[in-house]
Amino acid sequence: MDADTKKVVFDPLVDNNPITLQILGICSALAVTTTLAASLLMCVALTTVVAFSNASISMIRNHVPSSIRIIVQMTIIASLVIVVDQLLKAFAYDIAKTLSVFVGLIITNCIVLGRAEAFAMKNPPGISFLDGLGNGLGYSIVLIVVGATRELFGSGSLLGYTILPSVTEGGWYYTNGMMLLPPSAFFIIGLMIWGIRSWKPAQVEKPDYQISAAHNTESA
Amino acid sequence: MEVYLSLLVKSIFVENLALSFFLGMCTFLAVSKQIGTAMGLGAAVVLVQAITVPANNLIYQYLLRDGALAWMGLPDVDLSFLGLICYIGVIAALVQILEMALDKYFPALYNALGVFLPLITVNCAILGGSLFMVERDYDFGESVVYGIGGGLGWALAITALAGIREKLKYSDVPEGLQGLGITFITAGLMSLGFMAFSGIQL
Repeated sequence: MDADTKKVVFDPLVDNNPITLQILGICSALAVTTTLAASLLMCVALTTVVAFSNASISMIRNHVPSSIRIIVQMTIIASLVIVVDQLLKAFAYDIAKTLSVFVGLIITNCIVLGRAEAFAMKNPPGISFLDGLGNGLGYSIVLIVVGATRELFGSGSLLGYTILPSVTEGGWYYTNGMMLLPPSAFFIIGLMIWGIRSWKPAQVEKPDYQISAAHNTESA
Repeated sequence: MEVYLSLLVKSIFVENLALSFFLGMCTFLAVSKQIGTAMGLGAAVVLVQAITVPANNLIYQYLLRDGALAWMGLPDVDLSFLGLICYIGVIAALVQILEMALDKYFPALYNALGVFLPLITVNCAILGGSLFMVERDYDFGESVVYGIGGGLGWALAITALAGIREKLKYSDVPEGLQGLGITFITAGLMSLGFMAFSGIQL
């Protein structure tokens, strides 16, 4: 694997992560992460769709007039999502049921369309496939971390196996009910962004408004 | 009538599309820096949602659902697997038509909505509204109310977030939390506030 390929696959993992840096595809990252199993299934579904949509869009990139490219891309993506949706319904019906509408919403997931526009329209199929794979994995990392945190602290288990025995089952762990509710996902991703940006200061955004040194008590 | 009123309140506050289902998050976080633009986008979402949800409802009821083609003499056909591609097609087409119609008949509104209209095609709140409508099996009247209510709820949430962010830029935020990070935490606190509505029924 040469340096370029490596960069395409590994860059989106942390340095250019679709969720924490590019603000793409956040909806599902927040909504499906109450349990780790659902998050994993969502990761597999999204990574498959984004890798194959990148590859197929890149194959026809020279034949599509630019005025109708969005609708062509949407059709390809929608067809892939239908295939994934039908497969999930056939082989993982119970978990697919908990994902509810969010499998369908992969169509409007900005990561898929964003990569198609930004990468697949300009590059050959092989490398586009890898780019899709990389971005799918970057998304997966965030989802797995959030899903694992929420399930572990919210119900004391991982993938359904008890790790922290809860008080209701005779153990010692008081389950944190907030972790199972929507707001906790916002907090966890917010704190993750804080962590990543403290580790990689290059990603820090400039403040719109600088507080005057005279009033800034901290730096004095 | 009561059913509709209850559904309206439920779709605006209790099941807010942005804050309890996290739909349309990308635009929710990206376009909420100023109240003016946020309200423009909110209005566009209400408009598109109010048209596309009922339109998709008709398509689902009379073309796609199991046995829906009975009026054509094909009672055994189930086309519901084609749902996703139909809904997104309808949304893309309607947004395009709406854009042209507004440009011709209401230029003032068209200019106010500006770039937001085309962006709405890929806003998950719109497709999400249609998918929830199908999942919960709403009839036509309910789908109209749900479309308007869902849109209003989303508009309310983005306007509120924009209001908070306008004040937030004067506050002293830690470096790594600047921008996106603090916006996430703010949205989390708002969503916690909206949870106070859960369980309300008329």
